[in-house]
Amino acid sequence: MLQIDTWKRVLIWLACVAGLLAALPNAFYSRVEQHNDAVAAIELGADTPANQTMANQWPTWMPSGLVNLGLDLRGGAHLLAEVKVQDVYEARMDALWPEVRNALRGERATIGTFRRDSEAPVDQIRLRISQPEGLTQAMQILRGLANPIQTLTGAGANDIEIIGSGNTITIQLSDAEKLATDDRTVRQSLEIIRRRIDEVGTREPTIQRQGADRILIQVPGISSAAELKKIIGTTAQLTFNPVVGRASRAEERAGVGNKVVPSLDQPGTFYIIEAAPVVTGEELVDAQPAFDQNGRPAVNFRFNTSGARKFGDYTLENIGQPFAIVLDDEVISAPVIQSHIPGGSGIITGNFSVEESTNLAILLRAGALPAELEFLEERTIGPELGQDSIDAGRVATAVAFVGVLVFMVLSYGLFGIFANVALIVNVCLIFGVLSAIGGTLTLPGIAGIVLTVGMAVDANVLIFERIREEIKSGRGPARAIDEGYNKALSAIVDANITTFITAVILFAMGSGPVRGFAVTLGLGIVTSVFTAIFVTRLLVVMWFERRRPKTIEV
Amino acid sequence: MRLKLVPEKTSFDFFSRWKLWLGVSCVLMLVGFVSFAIQGLNFGIDFRGGTTIRTEATTEIDVGQYRAAIAPLELGDVSITEVFDPQFAADQHVAMVRIQAQADGEALSSDVIAAVQSALDTVAPGIKFVSVESVGPKVSGELVKTAVLAVLLAIGAVLVYIWLRFEWQFAVGAVVALVHDVILTIGIFSELQIKFDLAIIAALLTIVGYSLNDTVVVFDRVRENLRRYKKKPLSEVLNISINETLSRTMMTSVTTLLALISLYILGGDVIRGFVFAMICGVVFGTYSSVFVASTILLWLGVKRDWSKPSTPTGNQFANVDA
Repeated sequence: MLQIDTWKRVLIWLACVAGLLAALPNAFYSRVEQHNDAVAAIELGADTPANQTMANQWPTWMPSGLVNLGLDLRGGAHLLAEVKVQDVYEARMDALWPEVRNALRGERATIGTFRRDSEAPVDQIRLRISQPEGLTQAMQILRGLANPIQTLTGAGANDIEIIGSGNTITIQLSDAEKLATDDRTVRQSLEIIRRRIDEVGTREPTIQRQGADRILIQVPGISSAAELKKIIGTTAQLTFNPVVGRASRAEERAGVGNKVVPSLDQPGTFYIIEAAPVVTGEELVDAQPAFDQNGRPAVNFRFNTSGARKFGDYTLENIGQPFAIVLDDEVISAPVIQSHIPGGSGIITGNFSVEESTNLAILLRAGALPAELEFLEERTIGPELGQDSIDAGRVATAVAFVGVLVFMVLSYGLFGIFANVALIVNVCLIFGVLSAIGGTLTLPGIAGIVLTVGMAVDANVLIFERIREEIKSGRGPARAIDEGYNKALSAIVDANITTFITAVILFAMGSGPVRGFAVTLGLGIVTSVFTAIFVTRLLVVMWFERRRPKTIEV
Repeated sequence: MRLKLVPEKTSFDFFSRWKLWLGVSCVLMLVGFVSFAIQGLNFGIDFRGGTTIRTEATTEIDVGQYRAAIAPLELGDVSITEVFDPQFAADQHVAMVRIQAQADGEALSSDVIAAVQSALDTVAPGIKFVSVESVGPKVSGELVKTAVLAVLLAIGAVLVYIWLRFEWQFAVGAVVALVHDVILTIGIFSELQIKFDLAIIAALLTIVGYSLNDTVVVFDRVRENLRRYKKKPLSEVLNISINETLSRTMMTSVTTLLALISLYILGGDVIRGFVFAMICGVVFGTYSSVFVASTILLWLGVKRDWSKPSTPTGNQFANVDA
């Protein structure tokens, strides 16, 4: 009656051993971490003796997966940023304006004079023409500027919408194009943030998209959210614009299509520049920190082919004119074009320190953020606090563990010991699975494990109580054990599935630490059911086969 | 000699005063609700927006001085509380500074935080900010919505599951017990003004899970006994079932509480609120599965014809074998 096939026994033991092995590296956390870092470094080519010794600290045939520690345990910074996707609409309109102007210039005869209304919302071009009867003609021409776009909902959509009434024409992005642009903007931002953080080289950063226009950034080991913001926060929008004139106040009238921007290093100096740039940083292929001929820090840059052509043409036509190198709406410098610059490379000089020129080069190389970021959530957790939490969690788990173990032995004697073995296997399995799937342990996650320790015995308690009842009703030992397991099963399954449902909902709706809690709770449920109905059962059966007791006491 | 939490065979009558127990629960829920309505919850920054800074200094904390130091920065409502924990070193003085959400939708800027730090440094030289968390009001509003939705979804999912596995009367009983536990826990948080943040929502959901766990075990036995004792009145069957599972109910509650209490005492102050919520939940959950869920079941009555199932335990899991 109490029979378990050999292959089942082997499978159960294998599962336990695999769990133990996978959990083992966590017992030697710092050593395995150094080993992993060294192995990664050697793979990248840094095959130094120091790295070799580090790598040899842990045998390579052993599993080396570790449980990731969440930010609240390791310390680090967490940012939730919202990408201001509307910024891009404005840039698109400004880029479209020269095209619109050129297209309509040839039609002065029918539409008369026209001008862009500077009062209009920034994501629109509003045109006023002096001869309203030319409206249809003008709109006809402007429609020629529109490009068809691919959408899921169907063909026929254009990227811009042109609405005309009376003597006004409004040009704006169509809704479909706005959606597509938003998505592109967020994906671009995500990629650029990732590149910038990678350039700094930190361990295991998490950079995720959340919802339509948000990006979650978690970097362990960084000292503060402010520092993280400094790395990713600057848009680094580099443009080269023609200079119209100089000004001494920010309120100076700039004229349509122009804008007033301050100088980066000379307070009180402002430049009036054309809003539409000649070339932008997007066409840069490389930027390196360098020194100019006077030995001051500077940044060398190189354009791609189309950028080089635009830059070359412009410098050829405008020798003797000043142009501005603008970074995030501040003029870095406004040199006068001395000669035609063909090859598409150049140097940015300014009042830089070496560090600033290096940073600028990194920012330019990683590319500009297409839109500004707004930080909705910032968290910094110091490494000391994380270490305190780990220590406290460790002590609490140990005490909880011992308490439950003692209590179980006192209540169920030998069967309590079986349950305890299962409980130890259970905790190892949780850590093993967490390491294997690269899960993250957070402070509430530790609480989840402690809770599991308390609740994991529940399944065993259900079974043991049932066996007691069966013995009381006069069944023999073997039959009582068998019935106990069978009858307790439906209660165990129902009770754990309901708890599991809540763990799944927590995982789906929660974020960060709460999600870590859901993971350990859910895992704990699965492993505790496994250990209770397989491991303890196997232990009980093995003991029963050897001893063949006439009576049992549970 | 075995440790027994409950005598070998019990025959308590749990329903002789069911009106009283239900009344007690109703009154407690009402108190919790009134407390919630009048003084509300002490929402953490997750739900209200704002900034909390955990400071650590070697000098004694004088809340008045801290407040006076920050006042010139004009950050609006600032609350300062000292944190105590038995595990702190003698010269480790920890305080939580909470600053209300500022007018714009963003988190508090790093300049402001640096300003706060230098202001506090004048009263507590060498003060360190061990953690700074800032949530803009835009996000916190969404977090509230998600949290409420999560709790409702969990309760809904459970209602459906129990309805499928048992009968609708069981599902109603279980869900009333759940709502009872959640309301009482929220009531305690509002009465004691303990900080209520995202982690507490996780605790509430765990309470939902735990309370159910308990209720389902009792219900499972009720279902079994309904088949066994076809002629006995429902109240007697319920009593038998609760008495039979009483030992298990107590064992599990005690082991779980053992683990939670050690976490409460030794786990550090950061998760103390979270663990406290779970302890409340375990206590309420144990109480409610006997006195609320079963009473509701008795009140609603239940279908007695469980003749169809063939196996003794009568469900698809009974055939699972090791």
